[in-house]
Amino acid sequence: MSVRRSDDRWFRIGTGAFAALVLLVVAGIGFELTRQSMLSIEKFGFSFWKGTTWDPVSGEFGALPFIWGTLYSAILALLLATPIALGIAVFISELSPRALRLPLAYLTELLAAIPSIVYGLWGIFVLVPIIRKLELITPPALKKFPLFKGPPLGVGMLSAAVILAIMVVPLTSSVAREILKNVPSTQREAAYALGATRWEAIKVAIGFGRTGIIGAIMLGFGRALGETMAVTMVIGNNPQVTTSLFAPQYTMAAVIANEFTEAADELYLHALIEIGLLLFIITIAINLISRVLVRKVTS
Amino acid sequence: MNSPKITVRDFNFYYGSAKVLHGITLDVPENQVTALIGPSGCGKSTFVRSINRMNDIIPDAHGEGTVLIDGKNVYGRETDVVELRRRVGMVFQKSNPFPKSIFDNVAYGLRINGTKNKRDLAEVVEKSLTRAALWDEVKDRLHNSAFALSGGQQQRLCIARALAIDPEILLMDEPASALDPIATTKIEELIYELKSNYTIVIVTHNMQQAARVSDRTAFFMLGKLIEYGDTKTIFMTPKEKMTEDYVTGRFG
Amino acid sequence: MTSLRRRVVSRIAEIFCAISVLIALLPLALILFYVIKEGMGAVNLAFFTQMPKPVGEAGGGMGNAIAGTLILIGIAALLAVPIGVICGIHLSEYPKTKFTSFVRFAADVLNGVPSIVVGIFAYGIAVLPVKRFSAIAGGIALAILMLPIVIRTTEELLRLVPTGLREGALALGASRSRAVFTVILPAALPGILTGILVALARVAGETAPLLFTSFNNRFWSTNLAQPIASLTVQVFTYAISPYEDWHRQAWAGAFLLVMIILALSMIARFAVRRLERMNRP
Repeated sequence: MSVRRSDDRWFRIGTGAFAALVLLVVAGIGFELTRQSMLSIEKFGFSFWKGTTWDPVSGEFGALPFIWGTLYSAILALLLATPIALGIAVFISELSPRALRLPLAYLTELLAAIPSIVYGLWGIFVLVPIIRKLELITPPALKKFPLFKGPPLGVGMLSAAVILAIMVVPLTSSVAREILKNVPSTQREAAYALGATRWEAIKVAIGFGRTGIIGAIMLGFGRALGETMAVTMVIGNNPQVTTSLFAPQYTMAAVIANEFTEAADELYLHALIEIGLLLFIITIAINLISRVLVRKVTS
Repeated sequence: MNSPKITVRDFNFYYGSAKVLHGITLDVPENQVTALIGPSGCGKSTFVRSINRMNDIIPDAHGEGTVLIDGKNVYGRETDVVELRRRVGMVFQKSNPFPKSIFDNVAYGLRINGTKNKRDLAEVVEKSLTRAALWDEVKDRLHNSAFALSGGQQQRLCIARALAIDPEILLMDEPASALDPIATTKIEELIYELKSNYTIVIVTHNMQQAARVSDRTAFFMLGKLIEYGDTKTIFMTPKEKMTEDYVTGRFG
Repeated sequence: MTSLRRRVVSRIAEIFCAISVLIALLPLALILFYVIKEGMGAVNLAFFTQMPKPVGEAGGGMGNAIAGTLILIGIAALLAVPIGVICGIHLSEYPKTKFTSFVRFAADVLNGVPSIVVGIFAYGIAVLPVKRFSAIAGGIALAILMLPIVIRTTEELLRLVPTGLREGALALGASRSRAVFTVILPAALPGILTGILVALARVAGETAPLLFTSFNNRFWSTNLAQPIASLTVQVFTYAISPYEDWHRQAWAGAFLLVMIILALSMIARFAVRRLERMNRP
């Protein structure tokens, strides 16, 4: 009897220790990132985030272009991806014939399974030339606008936004689909009984699950913020702050990926890691908020 | 006698290949309450949902036969189902208000039909809530969430919502089965008041309720209409043995 | 009559939703098309058996990178599976406490951390102290990325095991640990294996965290304490290079990567179903 009880106690402690390890890892990441960026934090303080000059040679590190590039690319990606993702979610859960549901869902999952590097490869050799052609045929009248200024290189914000959008669509649409599945059918029935058209009844369902759908969109946003390889291969990697879609720009994840192994001195490395720290904090915040929103509607 | 509001002749209904309604034939008189009774699964809900073609949203379900409302066949080729559902209101077993305010719930039907003017909306909302005997209880909190209301109030809200778009017929599928006795009484009183303006068809598994509230009663069993007549006759002097067995509680 | 406008709007909305499905499937088709077209042609025996040639020389292969990827995901599995499964056991067996809520929260956080940040962490704890890139460091990074998936799958599947089974074992006098390892875990095993394979498929395609942990290696190496090549990093290196031949090989590498991931997913689906059938009497 008592053997079993102590056995049980050790089991609880033992498994608990492994669980505690997970806590340790997360805390460790935060701790390690902070520790390894101390030099930069101490030297630059807040001006790190306002500075626009990134010049490793002279030791001047301003991270604003990377924040800009990350946010701009992610927001553009969201603008492109969200309507499509919601359209897919609505189609699969409300409109498609039953037989098509599983295959369509499976195909969208397939998009999610393609690794980032393959997206990037396709991006460099297929997407960028297409975008470049698009840039070349842009009428000069349009080119006067800041949105379209810049040499037609092909690499740049537009390519990055398109590729991010493609990568975000499967995530947002599958979560949105789950949300719609959880909306009680009585809501749609109520709308139909009041003489609603199909789309009006669907709007009622979307309205019911709107908190979760916002969560789904935010999850996509979080994904876009942290995406590294595909972006760095098509964005041009130029740290400048500009609204031009055609101009090459730079994101936080991309600069870390490109320059980490070339960081010759400690300050440089710490500056890069400080960028990583910010990325860590932002993505955690967004992911947590979105999970709370999604859980609210699915529990 | 006026011509009946709803005329059903030889109506069959199928879920896929399974036949669930067999040759239903009856007339629903205008401005009266017609109750549908019968044991669980006898098809009364399916029948009532066929009147406003709510069954259309179920895949593989289809009906054949004649269902005339004011002489026009509901299952005809040119029938506008969306318009049909505006003219035939429905209240469900479990109240299903939208996650909006009380006002927005009642105004929903009006808004999708194009009414935008705030004053028009407010007027109709007040009229509908009054008709549903809910106005006094909610007039000071129209913009609170509908979910803050009690079960019985939510159901009356759903009735107000249905009334707001000015239907001629009101279909009620066990409207009080999820409510406590006091709330149930309120709903029954409401039905009695409403019938002077609307034709009401109510599905109920509660025979006392049917006896209290309705003018005509139809007894269904296993998808067939067994007997249909004045409520008094059905309950006191039923013609069919099966009807008599059911209303005296011998089964079901 | 229902206004024409409402009906038209409804139709247009439905059509838009259908079109969005097509719009999403278009890039999928394009990507798969190019990967297969460019990649399949470039894959030959040399690709599997040879090492990369020096810059400028044509030919060579990615034999070392293929081996490297397999070694890296092997290390990742070795680390993440025991930790993840046991953590999942703890979360499913014991009632909700502040501790378990924190752990779940941590797993959620881990799930959303960008892989490059995990790479920085692995760099800090495994590369910096020994001042050397290594396969182990890469494996650690990948293991951390695998962890949340393994934990979540294990916990969910253990919860699905019918309580009757658990109570039966305990009633027969088995200790908690014995009940879990001999009855409950085996019952959930097929599903947990699926989760592990899915996680492996995911990390096999990771590049960013490897860039400064396992780094890269032009030569054949199975030394875990040395930098090691990997399919993903190799594809990256070749893709951004100016050499046509290397581009060709990058496609081949991408093709192989997609095949490996597909294979892992297929195994997860079919072989595991076999196991399920064996488990049931």
